[in-house]
Amino acid sequence: MLAYTLKRIVVAFLILLVVSGLTFSLSHLSADPALTIAGEQASDEDIEAVRKLYGFDRPVIEQYVNWLSRALQGDFGKSYHYKAPVVEMISGRIGTTMTLGFLAIVFALVISIPLGTLAAMRPNSIIDRFALLIAVFGQALPTFWFALMMIILFGVWFRWLPISGNTTWAHFVMPTIALGYYATPALMRLTRAGMIEVLSSDYIRTAKAKGLSPVSVLFKHALRNAIIPVVALAAVWFGFMLGGSIVIETIFNLKGIGWLSYDALLRSDLPVVQAIVLIFASFYVILTLLSDLLNAYLDPRISVR
Amino acid sequence: MKLKLGISFVTAAGIALMSSVAQSAPDDNSLVIAWGSTGPIEHVDNYVNTNRTGIWFSRMVWDQLIYREPKTFEYKPLLAKSWKALSDTVWRFELRQGVKFHNGEAFDADDVVYTLNWVSNPKNGVKVQRNVNWIKEARKVGPFTVDVEMKRPFPQAFEFLSGPITIYPNEYYAKVGPDGMHKAPVGTGPMKVVSIKTAEEYVFEKNKGYTWGSPKGEAQVDKMIVREIADVQTQIAELLAGGIDITADISADHVTQIGGVPGFTALQAGTMRTGYIGFDAAGRGNHEPVTKLKVRQAMAHAIDRKSLVKNLIRGDAGVIHTPCFPTQFGCDVSAAVKYEFDQGKAKKLLAEAGYPNGFDIDFYTFRPADWAESVMGDLAKVGIKAKLTKMPYFALRDKQRKEGTTPMFLMDWGSYSMNDMSAITSHFFKKGPDDFALDDDVAKWLEAGDTNSDASVRKANYAKAIKKITGQVYWLPMFNHVRNYGYRKELKFIPYQDEIPRFWQYGWK
Repeated sequence: MLAYTLKRIVVAFLILLVVSGLTFSLSHLSADPALTIAGEQASDEDIEAVRKLYGFDRPVIEQYVNWLSRALQGDFGKSYHYKAPVVEMISGRIGTTMTLGFLAIVFALVISIPLGTLAAMRPNSIIDRFALLIAVFGQALPTFWFALMMIILFGVWFRWLPISGNTTWAHFVMPTIALGYYATPALMRLTRAGMIEVLSSDYIRTAKAKGLSPVSVLFKHALRNAIIPVVALAAVWFGFMLGGSIVIETIFNLKGIGWLSYDALLRSDLPVVQAIVLIFASFYVILTLLSDLLNAYLDPRISVR
Repeated sequence: MKLKLGISFVTAAGIALMSSVAQSAPDDNSLVIAWGSTGPIEHVDNYVNTNRTGIWFSRMVWDQLIYREPKTFEYKPLLAKSWKALSDTVWRFELRQGVKFHNGEAFDADDVVYTLNWVSNPKNGVKVQRNVNWIKEARKVGPFTVDVEMKRPFPQAFEFLSGPITIYPNEYYAKVGPDGMHKAPVGTGPMKVVSIKTAEEYVFEKNKGYTWGSPKGEAQVDKMIVREIADVQTQIAELLAGGIDITADISADHVTQIGGVPGFTALQAGTMRTGYIGFDAAGRGNHEPVTKLKVRQAMAHAIDRKSLVKNLIRGDAGVIHTPCFPTQFGCDVSAAVKYEFDQGKAKKLLAEAGYPNGFDIDFYTFRPADWAESVMGDLAKVGIKAKLTKMPYFALRDKQRKEGTTPMFLMDWGSYSMNDMSAITSHFFKKGPDDFALDDDVAKWLEAGDTNSDASVRKANYAKAIKKITGQVYWLPMFNHVRNYGYRKELKFIPYQDEIPRFWQYGWK
């Protein structure tokens, strides 16, 4: 187990190294950062001055090594554009993204687990078809389109909800639904499939034969087992929502990490891009590492293989 | 493309859903503005910010020595009440008395001397050095008298002194520096900053002490909130829902849609941003056809600029024949060689150049593809097959400057809002990395025009440059851009050609 753990940690570290290297080199290839920092008004002398000031005239490898050594000490440098420490910028915005991600995944679970369960209890019934319809719409509708439709209906037409910003809880309603709905189909289908499998298993039959109430069978025995993979998938989706809320944050003008990464990419604000990619990659890698270790703990055969 | 179509559909649907939403002006005489599809202001200190978006902020909070009247481009007294030239390189400014900064600090010569000497010192790291590197020294002559010495005769000085060079309070800035100014900006301008949430929201209140007769005029509203909303669709939704009062980031199609909604006005106002098609006449990228004059002339005749302006740009945009905007100093329209739309002539010129069946060419732009496609359609009719590559602005500029492999490109330039042709023509034709003509004569004439303090000498040299640039078709000037605005009908709104929004002038009818 120890050897397995060490091996997984080394692999995780190597993945992060590759991700950081790729991000760094791709960011430098996309456009001359000196030109974007200097801005449209800049003369050639201004651009050259910026290039020297930020060290862009040095070899890329040297720039990368310098950046990595500072990053390992928690110093991601300063944003080229906002002139503020990257760590402060990210910590100031991560709350919005975490709130949105958390609310969205809760919304997705609240919709998908009951619907998936009901669909599994009555396969091919109207409820099952309705759940399927929800899933198909969720998968087929582009998120931006769904978000804009909600804005038109609830923001412009009925004026029930604020359209942009993040100052009140009401500002999170539409973004939560737009983002959470995207995760609903996968979670609902997994719930339904898991429940169908569990409900036809021997121990459920035994529980029923013992005379347990249908509610007890459903919630205490069936759902508790069927929901385990759903929770695992929800954790993955939560990670995805943190990193993948760029469109939603931009449309609803929520200035979280998604918006920050979009803004940083547009402006070639390399320290911000690199830090965000590395932080989210670390998030994924750590979650995956923990999941691998947990699986190995629960099933020792994995670590032996 | 699909995404854009989807978004346009949704916008149209939203607008179609709107019934009459006529609203009255707010009781607290406030105004909410959406800005920022081109990105937020990174740092509100005028000398640290490099984003053009920051211009609106600096004009609200600070004043310059000189005011450039935005319609006539005439120079008027602002913080300086008069001025005179002491020599080719020294100007004396008599300053206005009784002006106070927002923090109560009195304005005097010390503020001007401190600001100009601080910004012109390269060690202080002003980002856009071209704005300040012509200043040699500012000297206090009296409590309200300052001499400004330039490093060389610099005829564009007043464009800078009435534009990017704003005057800071010396005591405050010496104490807080750029970061302090970013957190709590202090100026003499018509609006005071109440709070700043970087990249999100700026709150202002009327500077009630702005009563000393500034030509900028007093603020028309008591409170103003400027919200940075990146997505144009969201801006439109907020406008229709009453969340904001004006947006300036919409497209020409939105103008038609919003203009049809009761309670709202939309308009397209011309700007001095000049669009052009550039050719790699110098052969930097080794595309042989465009190095030939007759080919470039043929392309100039093949493109129907009038039709493009009428159908796609719209508003009060117009065809431009000069490599500069006609109001700019030195931009002599009569010196330009003009090319009428004549595809028969274009075919003849192509045959004479050795390309009777046309040729293939790569065509680059960062602007809407339909503009470029209109050009490509015209060129196809004379046998020239243009292949379009659309790139982000800075990536395209980078490719041009570093590789030079862009034989033909549709671009534009806003001249930093300067009403002097040195801000555009000299930038592109003085053999720098953006120059695809590399013409010694043109570079020499432009340099003479840029550095001579005699207006007639400047004009003569600029005219020669215009004649050769257009005669050789180094550029095919296309049209001036429009800016599209949507706003509530009750709003008094004034657009300007220099693309500088003057928010404090906006008020309620």
